[in-house]
Amino acid sequence: MAVTGAEILIKTLEYEGVDTVFGYPGGAVLPIYDALKESSKIKHILVRQEQAAVHAASGYARTTGKVGVCMATSGPGATNLVTGIATAYMDSIPVVIITGQVSTEMVGTDAFQEVDITGITMPISKHNYLVKNVKDLSRIIREAFHIAKTGRPGPVLVDVPKNVSAQLTKYNIPEDVDLRGYKPTYKGHPTQIKNAAELINEAKKPVIFAGGGVINSEAAAELKILVEKTSAPITTTLNALGVFPETHPQSLGMLGLHGTPYANYVVTECDLLVGLGVRFDDRVTGAVEKFAPNAKKIHIDIDPAEIGKNVEVDLPLVGDVKTILEELLPLVEERENREWNARVEKIKKEYPLKYGETLALRPQYVIEKLGELTRDKDVVITTDVGQHQMWTAQYYKFTKPRTMLTSGGLGTMGYGFPAAIGAQLGNRDKLVVAVTGDGSFQMHMAEMGTAVENNLPVKVLLFNNNCLALVRQLQHFYCNKSYSAVDFSGNPDFIRFAECYGAKGIRITKTEETVPKLEEALNNDSLTIIECVVSNEEMVYPMVPNNKGLNEMIHFEEGEDDGR
Amino acid sequence: MKHTLSVLVENKPGVLTRVAGLFARRGYNIDSLAVGRTENPEISRMTIVVEGDDRVIEQVTKQLHKLIEVIKINDITEDEHVHRELILIKVNADPAHRMEIMQIVNVFRARVVDFGRNSLIIEVTGDEGKINAIENSLHPFGIREVVRTGKVAMVRGPKHKNGKS
Repeated sequence: MAVTGAEILIKTLEYEGVDTVFGYPGGAVLPIYDALKESSKIKHILVRQEQAAVHAASGYARTTGKVGVCMATSGPGATNLVTGIATAYMDSIPVVIITGQVSTEMVGTDAFQEVDITGITMPISKHNYLVKNVKDLSRIIREAFHIAKTGRPGPVLVDVPKNVSAQLTKYNIPEDVDLRGYKPTYKGHPTQIKNAAELINEAKKPVIFAGGGVINSEAAAELKILVEKTSAPITTTLNALGVFPETHPQSLGMLGLHGTPYANYVVTECDLLVGLGVRFDDRVTGAVEKFAPNAKKIHIDIDPAEIGKNVEVDLPLVGDVKTILEELLPLVEERENREWNARVEKIKKEYPLKYGETLALRPQYVIEKLGELTRDKDVVITTDVGQHQMWTAQYYKFTKPRTMLTSGGLGTMGYGFPAAIGAQLGNRDKLVVAVTGDGSFQMHMAEMGTAVENNLPVKVLLFNNNCLALVRQLQHFYCNKSYSAVDFSGNPDFIRFAECYGAKGIRITKTEETVPKLEEALNNDSLTIIECVVSNEEMVYPMVPNNKGLNEMIHFEEGEDDGR
Repeated sequence: MKHTLSVLVENKPGVLTRVAGLFARRGYNIDSLAVGRTENPEISRMTIVVEGDDRVIEQVTKQLHKLIEVIKINDITEDEHVHRELILIKVNADPAHRMEIMQIVNVFRARVVDFGRNSLIIEVTGDEGKINAIENSLHPFGIREVVRTGKVAMVRGPKHKNGKS
């Protein structure tokens, strides 16, 4: 049976179990979109700008555990994807990106809407392909999915020239994928596992440190057993929030630049740090030489290149976190460790997370209340990038994996709302809340149209201070309070903005309005913007200054909370 | 310290760009890189000489491994191996100096591969030391142009580290 390249492409996507594709059409992908509309299995979600398509695919992937798929045309369509691809790459999210390309005979001639997207995305994708022969297309698509979801996941781009997608070929989808240069290690080295267990059993002051790799590996249950068996406190990265319930007494929440004070102190004091699926990012470690200075470090990760990259490790263990934990857990002794836990408790009591109470409305309070009202529901929280992101990480108290989506590695403003759209499309019955700020939201607020078109009841919790207040905070500390280019005087009325899309708009200006208005918003079944009017003088505390150790953080102080 | 990495890669377009791009963006220094296909036309071998301490070399190796089209990497610095470079040197050679230059060529077992009116092209193969030595010896006559291939290397002994790992 002869089919076109576009048809075999769509058939291969169906074979991979794809049900949703986010994208934006154009000249070079005409044949693909023509074939896509014939598919009864794949729904196409038309976004308003291509970058949102990658973020939405990422939101879909992170909440469902499946590979997210997006599509764009050549040239500007492809370049608009770039920030989204880099975002997914930094956070190890499995996404397959299909771009159109000018016909093969035009490649290299600076043709209309031609751009070398495989060249551009080489450093920000796990792998990419330019398909030159239609016979290779189905194999390449299968390889792309395999590479995206196995090992350390990541985005894979497939660039398909227009004549390749129009060309006829034999219907053939290869069953097996075999890449001789790509064999991720899943099983940990048995001796190293034994050694790790010994270190864990001997440690007096152990801390478990979990990252996004634990979520990718679906190892939350094994992690919980490890934490409870060892009685060790556990801290997580931003991207791993929810992998262990933050309401659990052993949880320290997030560590790092804006981590909880107690997580930062406990990590600095510990004598063993067990890193699982982490990469010791600079936002986590602060000054590397002062990071957990007394601790032996075990580093378990599927990516060998992460081990020893940022932090010197005493015991490297390459492999899949879940597979390794399954072998490690029987060797770990169950114990109470009263002395260390008493010390941890003391630190927690002495240095709690704190915010002021003087202003009319505190964003930290709103997020605490959001947590209380939604934690027991089937909920997904996405965030953008800024102060609201850090407050969400600190005050929400996540309890389940895959419920917190944020751009942790690249710090991409504009991620939250499209990611929420993707999350809602993958989870129609869940409550999806995008926590955002006026700066971030305006980067992709055109996606309101996408949400309306698809009847997505996403809740946008928007903290409006007419300011890029995290940048303002940096200028406050590092530029001698000289504020440059951080104020917005032309923000829209976000309530009327919601209404002009036929969505609901609710404004919160006072503390006492918070709970009733949040309830009103969360319990309706329509797309809703909840605007919280807050001060631009709020600061995120604690804060570890540049080149300082985690224990040298600046704390919140009473009376200094509003615009010192 | 200089390390010699023998890297087997898929013989596909774009692989050299991926490898070179990786070195550039992670700030590793390539001393030389030679590439050509192996006895298996689907596979190419890159011989990469890279400068760095153990930590850097470990990162280079691991990052190279992450490239899907990289099949196998051997750091052969410590292994017994034969290594060669080829260099073409165009040197000033007026009739008065030709004999002297020819003697140098003979001493180094090099070859003259082109005669010009006032210059010669000399071909030399050998290890880095020999090549540097002849280059230095010819320097006084005036070197007009030099082309070097970069190092290629092969491990000694019956078992050649090749193909499937």
